[in-house]
Amino acid sequence: MNETLVVFRRAMRLSLRNPTWVIIGLAQPILYLVLFGPLLKPLAAQLGTGNAYRLFVPGILVQLGIFGALFVGFGLIAEYRAGVIETQRVTPAPRTALLMGRVGRDVVVLLVQAILLTLVALPLGLRAPAGGVLIGLLVVALLGAAFSAVSYAVALTLKSEDALAPLLNAVAMPVLLLSGILLPMTLAPGWLERLSDINPLKHVVDGVRAFFRGDFSGGTAWWGLGVTAALVLLGFWFGTRTFRRESG
Amino acid sequence: MRGVDIDVDAGEVVGFLGPNGAGKTTTLRMLTTLLEPTAGEASVAGHDLRTDPVGVRRNIGYVPQSGSSLPIARVGEELTDHAALYGIPTAVARARGEDLFARLDLDGVWTRKVESLSGGQRRRLDIAKGLVHQPPLVFLDEPTTGLDPQSRANLWVHVSDLRDKAGVTVFLTTHYLEEADVLCDRILVIDHGEIVAVGTPDELKRRVSGDAVLLRLTDATQVPEATRLAAALPDADEPGVDGDVVHVRIPNGASALPGLLRELDRAGVPLAAVEVRRPTLDDVFLSLTGRSLRDAETPAETELVGAR
Repeated sequence: MNETLVVFRRAMRLSLRNPTWVIIGLAQPILYLVLFGPLLKPLAAQLGTGNAYRLFVPGILVQLGIFGALFVGFGLIAEYRAGVIETQRVTPAPRTALLMGRVGRDVVVLLVQAILLTLVALPLGLRAPAGGVLIGLLVVALLGAAFSAVSYAVALTLKSEDALAPLLNAVAMPVLLLSGILLPMTLAPGWLERLSDINPLKHVVDGVRAFFRGDFSGGTAWWGLGVTAALVLLGFWFGTRTFRRESG
Repeated sequence: MRGVDIDVDAGEVVGFLGPNGAGKTTTLRMLTTLLEPTAGEASVAGHDLRTDPVGVRRNIGYVPQSGSSLPIARVGEELTDHAALYGIPTAVARARGEDLFARLDLDGVWTRKVESLSGGQRRRLDIAKGLVHQPPLVFLDEPTTGLDPQSRANLWVHVSDLRDKAGVTVFLTTHYLEEADVLCDRILVIDHGEIVAVGTPDELKRRVSGDAVLLRLTDATQVPEATRLAAALPDADEPGVDGDVVHVRIPNGASALPGLLRELDRAGVPLAAVEVRRPTLDDVFLSLTGRSLRDAETPAETELVGAR
């Protein structure tokens, strides 16, 4: 546990000293909010909501949780190349601490970004119950933890930016399109909606939207939260397995 | 890795000498718990590699070939962060780090970024990181690869000091013969994952009988004649040919040379250059494995004495 904090502290300090990616990671969703959000306003009624941002912000938050975390593996490859990972693996620190300290940093960064994003959305016109928004932020943190663990595990396996970048992009595009992050999948024709049902992230987005509507009693909200928890378990299992295994 | 048996005593510098790809780094990664051994047993710093890897990790320092510090991080924090993973409080790590930096000629770099250090300084920072938890045994993987000659010689002094002043046992890998010769109390020669010889540098050199005599001919077509005359020397080994150079190994090269030169002159074989070489670790390696460590250089080109 102590070692996890040591790794967390170091990772956090490095992020704060070199905040370029943290700032870019925040700027992108804000651009979506400001430059894409207004397009949805006239469509609000058609989308079945009185407040376009109540529909759009959950999608952008989930997107932040996934894509903010998915690319952290690049930083790990840089550390690996510098010999940092190897050197840390020769210390008595548990190997899971080397993973979890970094994941912890990513979750904190994502939470701060998500809170700022939500605050920016308020003057733009977001109206949602506080409880729903808080659970939305929790989902961002959990998604971030899951995807950052996966990203580190994949990075440690591939050990090359040239292999990681095309893989992430190949996965990210269809996942994004089939998750209803930008527009709800209820607008989709039947075949496309059924296809998107396979994507667990679609259920996460639907869940957060339900929470933002204040719809705590329906199955959609809790089903989304359950899927998120399952993703965390899966991500941590994959991540710790990779970090424990010796890697040549 | 195949049969590797290693016994290292406390307080000595042991070198693992072999060409690239001989299995040096693999062996080191096994001894430092980074790779699980496929078979066999090893006790490192008094702890069993298989049953107590954490005990091993507590008692060893490891300086990987790739380096161990992040370019964008600050030098001092790299050291204290690393120490924290051993449970060493920051204040203690800082005091030890400043002491180590003074001993390793790294004064005044504490708050600088790692990327601003020279190659030699960076390597010494890596060594300081490997020593901050005061291990009795430290592994250095190719410690001077990529350093300029001056930094290399400087690092040799520091590695010797580790043994002489701090009493640390050092286990290093190298493919530089001079390095093994200068630094090591004992050398393990490794080839194809097997230890082919163990001994002090002198013991190993004594295994090679005699000196090498190298003759560079002005006319390569006379190689057969020169080879015949060299082979006729008393106690000479089978001569070898490398382009226009004939080399032969004889017990006392220097005293056999005048006679050989006379014979060559009489046979009308003019020489461009001639050299007598005392046995080196390279010769040891060559005689043990049939291959030279200096695959890129031809031996005749380095230190031939002109004799026309």
